[in-house]
Amino acid sequence: MADNSRRDFMGKVFGGWAALGGLGALYAAKKSWDPLPSVKAAGFTKVDLSSAEPNVLNVEKWRGKPVFILKKTPEIVAKQSKNETARDVVVGKDHFLVCIGLCTHLGCIPAYEANKEMFKCACHGAEYDVSAINTKAPAPLPMLIPPFRVDGTTLIIGEEGEQYKKMKAAGVLGKKPLNPKA
Amino acid sequence: MAHFEKAHSLEEWLDQRLAIKTLRRVLAEEYWIPKNINFLWAMGMVLAVTFGILVVSGIFLLCYYQPNIDLAFDSVNYTIMQEVEFGWLWRHMHAVAASVVFLIIYIHMFTGIYYGSYKKGREMIWISGMLLFVSFSAEAFSGYMLPWGQMSYWAGMVITNLFSLGSLELNGLVEWLRGDYVPGQAFLNRFFMLHVFLMPLIIMALIGLHFGALRIPHVNNQDGEEIDFEEEAKKYLAGNKKEAKVIRFANDFLSKDMFVVSIFLIFFFYLVFWHFDFAMDPINFDPADGLKTPPHIYPEWYFLWSYEILRPFPKDPGLIAFGFSQVIFFLLPFLDRSPNVAPANRRGLFAAWFWILLVDMIVLTVMGKVPPMGMFSTIGLVAAWVFIILWVALPFITKNEKAV
Repeated sequence: MADNSRRDFMGKVFGGWAALGGLGALYAAKKSWDPLPSVKAAGFTKVDLSSAEPNVLNVEKWRGKPVFILKKTPEIVAKQSKNETARDVVVGKDHFLVCIGLCTHLGCIPAYEANKEMFKCACHGAEYDVSAINTKAPAPLPMLIPPFRVDGTTLIIGEEGEQYKKMKAAGVLGKKPLNPKA
Repeated sequence: MAHFEKAHSLEEWLDQRLAIKTLRRVLAEEYWIPKNINFLWAMGMVLAVTFGILVVSGIFLLCYYQPNIDLAFDSVNYTIMQEVEFGWLWRHMHAVAASVVFLIIYIHMFTGIYYGSYKKGREMIWISGMLLFVSFSAEAFSGYMLPWGQMSYWAGMVITNLFSLGSLELNGLVEWLRGDYVPGQAFLNRFFMLHVFLMPLIIMALIGLHFGALRIPHVNNQDGEEIDFEEEAKKYLAGNKKEAKVIRFANDFLSKDMFVVSIFLIFFFYLVFWHFDFAMDPINFDPADGLKTPPHIYPEWYFLWSYEILRPFPKDPGLIAFGFSQVIFFLLPFLDRSPNVAPANRRGLFAAWFWILLVDMIVLTVMGKVPPMGMFSTIGLVAAWVFIILWVALPFITKNEKAV
């Protein structure tokens, strides 16, 4: 009996240490599957906005997704609704649309029709206005505005700046439906 | 030091050291199989052979495949397909076997359901078999990523997105699985590891468990008859082979197994040489492009039925229905409340349940392939509901089943 209790004790001590080591190994395993620093560093895209042409869609790549950048003409800005303007990124006097260029229906990439000043998705016919707010089904939501920060005339996508936080507070990022006319 | 006599043959020498005669007797010569079975009982061996084909063809593909997002597509479509002699053969065998293995798995599963081979001591056979089904699914999916074509990429995107669990928005989990914000190098590397090492290892262990689970309850038979295997084996060994209800596994039953395997292999190699294209989606011959979504994304045929259970519902209920369809088959031995082990056609309402389930899963498979529009989405929705209702109804319709 005395022997057995000693073995039990040793067994428990061994089990305890092994469990601790196991937890450590699990933690290491979890961490080693995290995105690498180089992947995270590539999670920021810098775009110089000073050379942008008005009403010409520029597509950048951020975290593997297309990001639409569209410089609006003063005429477009003048006739925009409140919601539409609330989604504009303002750099100096210029207004820009910045959004992830994926249709909120099934993730196709809509095309910009410059003469009609709207986006159209070829897959299932969804349409968006010049601020990427959905105007025709089946798209359920406006195209999403990614985190961004404006530094002079440089746009840094992937970092939350002042303007982004303001849009977030106003709820116009595209996580809920918006009325394009309001 | 144990005592060893001088051996007079290689067999005896090995037997002294490894007990190969005992091993052969226990695993083959005196492993008893009922006589009252049909060709559907050979599907296990067909699956074992198909798995063997996948391993061997996979080894040859592995000699030239490059798990790198810039090289993977060309290493498959140029190096293996055009430069390596007979590279096309390994690839087509691998692709066709990966597709056909699911056809046989489904036949094997539905045979088990039809004859009630999942209850009264056979629960672990069923559960280990379902674990094999899930592992084969993971193996097929991870392998589908490797050519790094458009379908690989977008299937990888869509399936890993499912882990955000709809409105729970667990995007951190999705990024952790991918090791990136979108499928990239880390994603391809880890799915390569899963496909060529971890999943095959798990599958081999599970095949061992599946065979082991058969040992005590033995294989079922066409009438679900309870057989006293020891008694019948005695008859057989005493020379009364005609009366005995059992035969040896090897070489007796194995020779029948191999006959069915031969017929299967004729069909298999017919597909490999003349119809390999059914296992090759044309869209996957475009290299992966994260900035261009293919207009229709659909899985391989063997995943279509569960995809169709996901699709007709709104996001969150769809995910719940999908999760339901993934786990519910595991519970079959416990949802079937009837003590009868008998073919479905002798079990009253259960016969209807069986055939409706089979037809419903075929309808779901067909609807999963066509675009979700008009009439098709209605049929898909109805079929998805029928699937769910069937499983909810199963305990009730089997509870009052008359003893056969």
